[in-house]
Amino acid sequence: MSEPSTVETASPQSSLLYLEGVSKSYGALSVLRDISLGIEKGQVVCLIGPSGAGKSTLLRCVNHLETINGGTIHFEGKPVYRYMRDGKLVVDPERRVEAIRASIGMVFQSFNLFPHLTVLGNIVEAPIHVLHQPRAEARDNALALLAKVGLTDKAENYPHQLSGGQQQRVAIARALAMNPKLMLFDEATSALDPELVGEVLKVMRDLAAEGMTMLVVTHEMGFARDVSDAVVFMANGEIVEKGKPAEIFTAPSNQRTRQFLQTILHSEGMAGAA
Amino acid sequence: MTVVHEMLSFLPDLLQGALTTITVSLLAYVLALIGGLAFGLARLSPFLAVRSVATVYVQFIRGTPLLLQLFSIYYVLPYAGIVLSPFASGVLGLAINYSAYMAEVFRSGIQAVAAGQREAGQSLGMSRRLLMRRIILPQAFRIVIPPIGNFFVAIFKDSALVSVITMRDLMFTGELLASATFKHFEIFGMVAIIYFCISYPVAKFVEYVEARFDVQKRGQAIGVQQQQGPPAVVGTG
Ligand SMILES: Nc1ncnc2c1ncn2[C@@H]1O[C@H](COP(=O)(O)OP(=O)(O)OP(=O)(O)O)[C@@H](O)[C@H]1O
Ligand SMILES: [Mg+2]
Repeated sequence: MSEPSTVETASPQSSLLYLEGVSKSYGALSVLRDISLGIEKGQVVCLIGPSGAGKSTLLRCVNHLETINGGTIHFEGKPVYRYMRDGKLVVDPERRVEAIRASIGMVFQSFNLFPHLTVLGNIVEAPIHVLHQPRAEARDNALALLAKVGLTDKAENYPHQLSGGQQQRVAIARALAMNPKLMLFDEATSALDPELVGEVLKVMRDLAAEGMTMLVVTHEMGFARDVSDAVVFMANGEIVEKGKPAEIFTAPSNQRTRQFLQTILHSEGMAGAA
Repeated sequence: MTVVHEMLSFLPDLLQGALTTITVSLLAYVLALIGGLAFGLARLSPFLAVRSVATVYVQFIRGTPLLLQLFSIYYVLPYAGIVLSPFASGVLGLAINYSAYMAEVFRSGIQAVAAGQREAGQSLGMSRRLLMRRIILPQAFRIVIPPIGNFFVAIFKDSALVSVITMRDLMFTGELLASATFKHFEIFGMVAIIYFCISYPVAKFVEYVEARFDVQKRGQAIGVQQQQGPPAVVGTG
């Protein structure tokens, strides 16, 4: 049943990211319950599950956009944000939180590009002002990233002049410009018209092929099946099942996983835009 | 003929007063902008003490008449050993009064910037300060241009109140001339025309600027959550 997968053999020390018994609640509403999950360097882990399962919340806890209520998050083998040491609660100073965030890229469903800055401005903003890169270097790096996501000719455009798919590719380039050690994707293609999904997924596939460590919330089952090293199925704030995509997609051991996959594969079809 | 001639003879004095009115308005406006931004930011401070002070200031100033504030500065401050000229009192009074209203506009403008913008900045490792300066404020400024622009017209008209603390602005000059000559109709008519001739173009200019930025704002709304405009807090005093 539970064949050893890379996810399950992970430990706080060996993993790039390790969630250890993480819980999160909003008042009385418990959104994440005792989540344990590790991601090794270079791995791609896909998070799937029904709406309200807590997938976005989990991602947002990883870069401390949300504060966890229990458990510990380890990044690069060290506990981060808020954790217990010698029986005392340690709260990381803002500077450390910012430094960790700077090394974790995040891509949002709604792109969240800065509307008052050009495409190039969006990408060089944080490298210049957070990493203190020289302007010219940041610019060259940004242009290289734009070439990589196929948008060289859009450097001087404003976000509102781009299609959704183009905006999302800029958002990915913006995150990559920080040289992140980990990339978080929260339904990066869900807000896109169907014909634009492919161009964004392609960029994500290329990234995975280059060895980027990725934690991806997605409804694109084709992507999850082809690209991920491990698939995690979440429901009601809990990890119901995790394993290699082959296991999860062909022989899910849990009834709820099976049900979810049936519904989603039936409605979208495995041969989707991926 | 003599009526026109007579009226023209008042013009130099009235224009001199108008110049004072414009100077007072401009100075007060600039100070109110600075104060408004500072108190608006303070209202959103993570520190309770800072937030409380700003809240009390804004509420208190907005809850008392401008006239009373002018009197307090001109007639009451001297008891504390602070004696200000009518000009300084007028500028300060208007600036303080308007800064409270502007603080609210800046605050709501900052809050109207989509939450996703803040999160995008945070996820890039931006500090609170950097995020405010480079991401939030530039967008908030565009949102508040219409109300902040209209404040200039309002402050210009409200500046007539400084005549009560004997500042020789357009209003005060008109009153002086009228009581000396008893030509109330002619003089106050001219005063009205001068006020209007200044405020109307300014209002038009504000509309123009607003329209220009509106084009950009409409573009911005794509991909950003619908921005809720700040409440129109215009026409104060
Ligand atoms: N700020 C918040 N305050 C209160 N409840 C929240 C908040 N954010 C999320 N929730 C609740 O937490 C639960 C998990 O939300 P989350 O957005 O993580 O789900 P999700 O798995 O990402 O769902 P979806 O697939 O719809 O994006 C939901 O019940 C949601 O209503
Ligand atoms: Mg979600």
